[in-house]
Amino acid sequence: MSIGWTQHLIIAPVLIPLICGALQVPIKHSRHWFKFLLSLVSVLSLTAVAIALVMLTDGEHWRHGIGVYLAANWMAPFGIALLADRLSAMLLLVTALLSTAALLYSMLRWSRVGVHFQSLFQFLIMGLNGVFLTHDLFNLFVFFEVMLAASYGLLLHGYNASRLRSGMHYIAINLVASLLFLIGVALIYASSGTLNMADLASRIARMNDTDLALLKLAVTVLAVAFLVKSAMWPLGFWLPAAYATASPPVGAMLVLMTKVGAYAILRVWLLVFSDDAGDAAGFGFDALLWGGMATIVYGAAGMLASESPGRMAGYGAIVSSGTLLAVVGYGQPSLVTAGLYYMVGSTLAVAAFILLIELIDRIRTPGASVLAVTMEAFAIEDAPEPPVGVGIPAALAFLGLSFAACALIIAGLPPLSGFVAKFSMFHALLMPETAGHGNGFVRWMLMALIVISGLAAIISMLRFGVRTFWASGDIAPPRLQAAEVVPICMLILACVVMTVQAGPVFDYLRRTSDGIHQPAQYMQRVLDEPAVPNPPKENAK
Amino acid sequence: MEAVISIAIGVLFGSGIWLILRPRSFQVLTGLMLMSYAVNLFIFIMGRLWVNRPPLIPGEGTPDPALISDPLPQALVLTAIVIGFATTALYLVIMIGTRGLTGTDHVDGEEPDL
Repeated sequence: MSIGWTQHLIIAPVLIPLICGALQVPIKHSRHWFKFLLSLVSVLSLTAVAIALVMLTDGEHWRHGIGVYLAANWMAPFGIALLADRLSAMLLLVTALLSTAALLYSMLRWSRVGVHFQSLFQFLIMGLNGVFLTHDLFNLFVFFEVMLAASYGLLLHGYNASRLRSGMHYIAINLVASLLFLIGVALIYASSGTLNMADLASRIARMNDTDLALLKLAVTVLAVAFLVKSAMWPLGFWLPAAYATASPPVGAMLVLMTKVGAYAILRVWLLVFSDDAGDAAGFGFDALLWGGMATIVYGAAGMLASESPGRMAGYGAIVSSGTLLAVVGYGQPSLVTAGLYYMVGSTLAVAAFILLIELIDRIRTPGASVLAVTMEAFAIEDAPEPPVGVGIPAALAFLGLSFAACALIIAGLPPLSGFVAKFSMFHALLMPETAGHGNGFVRWMLMALIVISGLAAIISMLRFGVRTFWASGDIAPPRLQAAEVVPICMLILACVVMTVQAGPVFDYLRRTSDGIHQPAQYMQRVLDEPAVPNPPKENAK
Repeated sequence: MEAVISIAIGVLFGSGIWLILRPRSFQVLTGLMLMSYAVNLFIFIMGRLWVNRPPLIPGEGTPDPALISDPLPQALVLTAIVIGFATTALYLVIMIGTRGLTGTDHVDGEEPDL
């Protein structure tokens, strides 16, 4: 018996960027077109794999829509299991889409500013995909580190003083968070004797009180590490500075990285502290709820207070991860469905906004003065000339329209996906499936906070839009290149498609949410997955 | 034995925390290194402390679990050491870069107004 090729697809999202990134390391910087083509092949095939996985997990192919891949052919919990379910397939698709957009955007300028942009970019994608696929806590740590190490390099990409300064803070904070992650993982192993998530979930109901207390402590330490990444108040003060200084394609990828923390929380919490967990059921959900709500307040206040659009986008990402954490903490499956929809839409919109900021800035500073410092520091001989030639027509109209679209989605106004997301969250909050989910006060407070954060977003976006487009006197139409416009259109178009096709998307997300709320299925699928037997030995002698 | 190890880890971690709160980037780096040593030791003793028990299985046959120590934390700590080493080296490079570009070794890249 051997496993079918579809099962090998599960590891492809990790292998493709790894191979592609490694191939690009020895290639000379001057052959950037070749590197770009390699990266393009990688992200396009990742998109294809992600679409295939979405279809496979949503079909009848795998039982319960969960595909398991046993790395090195050791049965779980002894070996590392990779797992693709609807949630991971969906996030892989979002990653592939976002990285295609960021790659196209970086084609003309940013990938040439420093060396090894493409390799680091591929390793970042590898780390992200690995995080979404792995089902082992220590392996999760390894992929987190791959992702973070690549992001350290990318954040510093286009080396200047402000990037170094914010990079130093970012790295120091994330190193400490990684140490906390390790402490948490070690404690989990000490108390439960396993690091496989499904195995942990199956053991927790049978644990004695001492071990359970230790395990709760361990998971709390682990959660702090995740929450630093997803920037929950008061752990998220590093984020706005990092976003504002990163180069735009990197900033767009960073938006996804804040969702990684929330994803890890969602995955671990719903699996381990589900209703089947005995005494530990529901542990920590309240903390997530209140922490998420505090994060929404912090992000909304930050948006109102920020002058520069980069910081505004950072606070926008904080609001969206706060909303997601509160939604997870509220503990109601139908709300998680709406929260997932919100997460995808807001991630795409904030990423598009970050890409847009640089183009909008060109209205004010037509020269390429940004690169001057970089050139000096790196002494690159063949400096990339600023994009010349015919720009696209009606540049100003494009900037205005796409800015309006981003603002509508981030603030949650009709007719785009932000509104659908918020409406369905309110719907889920007002129509609880079972009595006893959250009391009335918490429910109204969460709704009020979501409304207020939308208001704060629209006020700050309007202020920025009016100042930039209407009140800045005579503005020269900026020169935009197709390669810079296409990715933004792509991201906004994805949001439009999500709005138009809200029905099918919601059905998929409902199945996703139903799946992750049934940990028994995961235990059964992961722990029962048979290893491929050894090939029969040759009997020649 | 347990008490000695835990006090050692606590002292290392505590010194690390004090150092990462200092304003000079080299102090922060030293603090991060001390903390990562403490965490590595911590992972290592999560397999419990044993004397005279190898983590490897000698020879053929089914081994007696009571005679070998848990190899998993030792494997984990190796990975953690490698990753910690690499990120610390990266931090060092950035530290030197910041020093060169800003002319100060303050973590904020500028001297505070006194």
